[in-house]
Amino acid sequence: MTVVDRDNLITSPTTGDQWELVVGLEVHCELATATKIFCSCPNQFGDEPNTNVCPVCLGLPGSLPVLNHQVVELAMRIGRALQCTVEPSVFARKNYFYPDMPKDYQVSQYDKPTNVEGFLDLPDGFRVGIERAHIEEDTGKNTHVSSGSGGGRIHDAEYSLVDYNRAGVPLVEIVGKPDIRTSEHAKAYVDELRAILLAIGASDAKMEEGSMRADANVSVRHPGDPLGKRCEIKNVNSLRSLGRAIEYEARRQIDLLESGETIRQETRHWDEEGGRTRPGRSKEDADDYRYFQEPDLVPLDPSAEWIAAIDESLPTLPAQRRSLLAQAAAVDPSAVALHVARGLDGLALAAIEAGGDAGRVLNHIEHNLAVEGAESLDPAHLAALVTMEVQGDLTATQAKTVLAEMVASGNDPATIAAAKGFEAMDTSELEAIVDGIIADNPDDWAKYVGADDKGRKKLSGFFTGKVMQATKGQADGKAVNAILAHRLAAS
Amino acid sequence: MAEPSAATPAPAEGASLTRDDVAHVAHLARLNLTDAELDLFTPQLAAVLEHAQDVEALDVGDVPPMSHPFPLVNVLRPDEVQPCVDRDEVLAVAPAVEDGRFRVPPILGEEP
Amino acid sequence: MSGSAVPTTAAAIANAVRAGEVSAVDVVDAHLAVIDAHEAEVHAFNEVLHDHARATAAEVDRTVAAGGDPGPLAGVPIALKDNLCTRGIATTCSSKILEGWRPPYDATVVQLLAGAGAVAVGKTNLDEFAMGSSTENSAFGATRNPRDTAKVPGGSSGGSAAAVAAGFAPVSLGSDTGGSIRQPASFCGVVGVKPTYGAVSRYGLVAFASSLDQIGPFSATVEDSALILDVIAGHDPRDSTSIPEALVPITPTLGDGVDGLRIGIVSELMGEGIDPAVTARVQAAAEAFEAAGAKVGEASVPAVTYGLSAYYLIAPAEASSNLARYDGVRYGLRVDATADRQGSGPWTTAEMMAATRTAGFGAEVKRRIMLGTYALSAGYYDAYYGKALKVRTLIARDFDAAYEQFDLLLSPTAPSTAFGLGDVSDPLTMYLNDVCTIPTNLAGHPAMSVPFGTADGLPIGVQILAPALGEPTMFRAAAVLEAAVAPLAPTWEVAR
Repeated sequence: MTVVDRDNLITSPTTGDQWELVVGLEVHCELATATKIFCSCPNQFGDEPNTNVCPVCLGLPGSLPVLNHQVVELAMRIGRALQCTVEPSVFARKNYFYPDMPKDYQVSQYDKPTNVEGFLDLPDGFRVGIERAHIEEDTGKNTHVSSGSGGGRIHDAEYSLVDYNRAGVPLVEIVGKPDIRTSEHAKAYVDELRAILLAIGASDAKMEEGSMRADANVSVRHPGDPLGKRCEIKNVNSLRSLGRAIEYEARRQIDLLESGETIRQETRHWDEEGGRTRPGRSKEDADDYRYFQEPDLVPLDPSAEWIAAIDESLPTLPAQRRSLLAQAAAVDPSAVALHVARGLDGLALAAIEAGGDAGRVLNHIEHNLAVEGAESLDPAHLAALVTMEVQGDLTATQAKTVLAEMVASGNDPATIAAAKGFEAMDTSELEAIVDGIIADNPDDWAKYVGADDKGRKKLSGFFTGKVMQATKGQADGKAVNAILAHRLAAS
Repeated sequence: MAEPSAATPAPAEGASLTRDDVAHVAHLARLNLTDAELDLFTPQLAAVLEHAQDVEALDVGDVPPMSHPFPLVNVLRPDEVQPCVDRDEVLAVAPAVEDGRFRVPPILGEEP
Repeated sequence: MSGSAVPTTAAAIANAVRAGEVSAVDVVDAHLAVIDAHEAEVHAFNEVLHDHARATAAEVDRTVAAGGDPGPLAGVPIALKDNLCTRGIATTCSSKILEGWRPPYDATVVQLLAGAGAVAVGKTNLDEFAMGSSTENSAFGATRNPRDTAKVPGGSSGGSAAAVAAGFAPVSLGSDTGGSIRQPASFCGVVGVKPTYGAVSRYGLVAFASSLDQIGPFSATVEDSALILDVIAGHDPRDSTSIPEALVPITPTLGDGVDGLRIGIVSELMGEGIDPAVTARVQAAAEAFEAAGAKVGEASVPAVTYGLSAYYLIAPAEASSNLARYDGVRYGLRVDATADRQGSGPWTTAEMMAATRTAGFGAEVKRRIMLGTYALSAGYYDAYYGKALKVRTLIARDFDAAYEQFDLLLSPTAPSTAFGLGDVSDPLTMYLNDVCTIPTNLAGHPAMSVPFGTADGLPIGVQILAPALGEPTMFRAAAVLEAAVAPLAPTWEVAR
């Protein structure tokens, strides 16, 4: 595990030098449209090969593209959700030969993309700049087939089979600025991006299924130096892999540079099984994509009205939701990241607004509530529950039990507590019980009085345990300790 | 987004097309040229480019480029499914097919 | 209904068939007979569609018999350039790489023609992938000019022009990217029209240069081209570059004449490089216009002198990209490993692609692909392609300025009459054929060639140019010229 210090610098275990990791992430997301980007074939995963195809997405001679309205809508939603400016844009052809490309060029956006200059705030408040988010078409899928052994890696293949169902599926590529300095932030970025995409309904963003793909541009440098040569890491299929790949690559580059070698700027592939990155194609085939404006499509110039309508229709995004709840609870936004991620911030806010103690509300939601159960929970009930706790009517343990019952039955906490016999324990009643136990255990009490702090901690557990026994668990632990402390002071 | 690498250096003032240039673009375009063809095509292409020098020499300053004759914008279609083409009709004219997919020889290069 | 004379123009055929005076089957049989008798001398077709044509004609007759109306082109035989997709019928672009390829769909214009009752009689020969000015670049042999079979018909739509000139069909469709309809029309002595860019859907036209390509008609009469264009022009939601507004029909105002119109002769296209015999006919056309009440003057469109250069950067650039898809993977030719193959190891897709394209494309196509690749490549984009796009703007602006002074422009169509087969082998010399036609493709404007006399027995066409969507006016002028000159009968006529 790479040791990263407070300034996010890596100290090399071999030389003791300090290195800074620089990561820029490119994330491709498949848009959740009914049809493909340039034709009316279904945008659907998992169908029989080559059944969702037509002259356009097969690139047959004579075919022409026509842009899907919903692609523009969703692309702009993504841009606005990432605080980008929507600009007039054009499409461009990226020319290269590959069998999964029906036209041997990909229609994308080059120098005039739809969305530019935005940002994304991570749960801990770190801001990652977004350079652009542009529209492009996806390619088909190659399946490599080998004769005997071999697990389908390209180099073992005897031949390949191509399915064009995915060709023409609409993508938005989100290009983040190289602001990220740790693998943790890289994962948090992708995670947050996913949450946003889901919140705005633009994509189902499943890395395992390929509807969201993250490529990491990784380089290292000594702090203060200009940016080092970067390598693009591809084939990362989960957040965990992303973190591992970045860490591996950082170490690889540092090792190389410290041995006096240089970094070859190249594309590398993450090998999940081997736990390493491997070089991709040789640099001789490095492409000259010969970008030029796509003559079969016309420019996009979305109206101010359309953009305003999109802004109005965007839901509250995760960062805002964290901010709202954090404010209401008077805590740092990072403290409520989990609540928002699980979609329980609405419940928390409502319960706090209904008068519930913020700290306890958050605590219950974080530790004692499953997402499924929370759906049926009445915020007013939750507020009432924590109020009972604050007033000492319920212990923490009791509250937990009551909460579970609230979720199961939908009843209010007072009713449930009464049914379970969780009554408030009178303070004088409790004092009497504590005194009784002190009286019954004079030697232990003497030890307790004479002990140092450490010893006392141990012994107070003895007494609390006895009190719990006597009260059948209904005593409030804090109250017991307070009484013990009082008696101690008086002795 | 990958940047196009400058695979060919920019032309010097008045430099004409060389045999190496032709070999390079032939490779980019996936065309195998024999030596004889290189010898034949190079002067022919150089002549065309030389003729186009008048364009190269023109001062067009801040004249905007014209990619389309007419200023159409925002041509869009609704997100509604329409029938696809029959897979059998498409595969029937394919050079090689297996399991409903197009069969190709091994692909050695990684995808860009 | 046999016994009635088979008319020779599309307009007359359609009227007669709709009226039940002659059967579509008789019409198509008469034309197929001429084809069968003389096609070997001309080679206008890559494929003659005997069965398909007869079946279509029979369908038309059934409609008439049932009291229905097959449409404004009822029973009209039409030849289609072999770069127009016809479902289930070979569409080869006269290239080995698409030899035998059957598209699973029809081009929009093909559908429109069928819907109007027209009868496709064959797919015509062209320069491979529409790249050329003589049809000598066809992979399946050249087409000969019916007026003089030692001469070229022009190109790239040489087969379509020849089919009409020969009398094989009254009308045909071609495509025009830099003059590929107009120049062969001039060489063969027929009417040929390139419409406003976007007026006719390109869906189903195998692309050469997307921002320049347009489909258009050939015919023996001006009226017939108007008839065809009125059927095939119009918005197509499958073509993003298709003009959205409805187009003003051409036929209704065809006979309105040119009285009061201002017509300018493009001075830059009347000088060096144009045969005196050709400029003489342009002057004669100007006189015919004046006699009909037009005001003829001299127009200047200075930037047209850069047209050839800009075109030979823009068109090949787009073509290099449009032709990338021919890689042996999904359709057409695929070359498998050959015995004399260099290198060891398994035969890869990359090798297959290169071998396929090398074997499948002819020399001119390869030249243009390489030229275009070069013009787009890193380091050269700004100097070549990028600059050419700006020159294009200059040309458009100069035309706009000219059209403030004139309603129409006039120029030669081609610099000469038809040259001999095999006479021109230098590519650049061949490109010079297009100097008069290219500027209108760059500007996106309509233009047409009208036969206007001969020199040494070879036809000369004059070119009428109009501003965007100016087809109705352009055709009025064409009708005036047609009336002022003796008609050129097709080489062979259908049996009456």
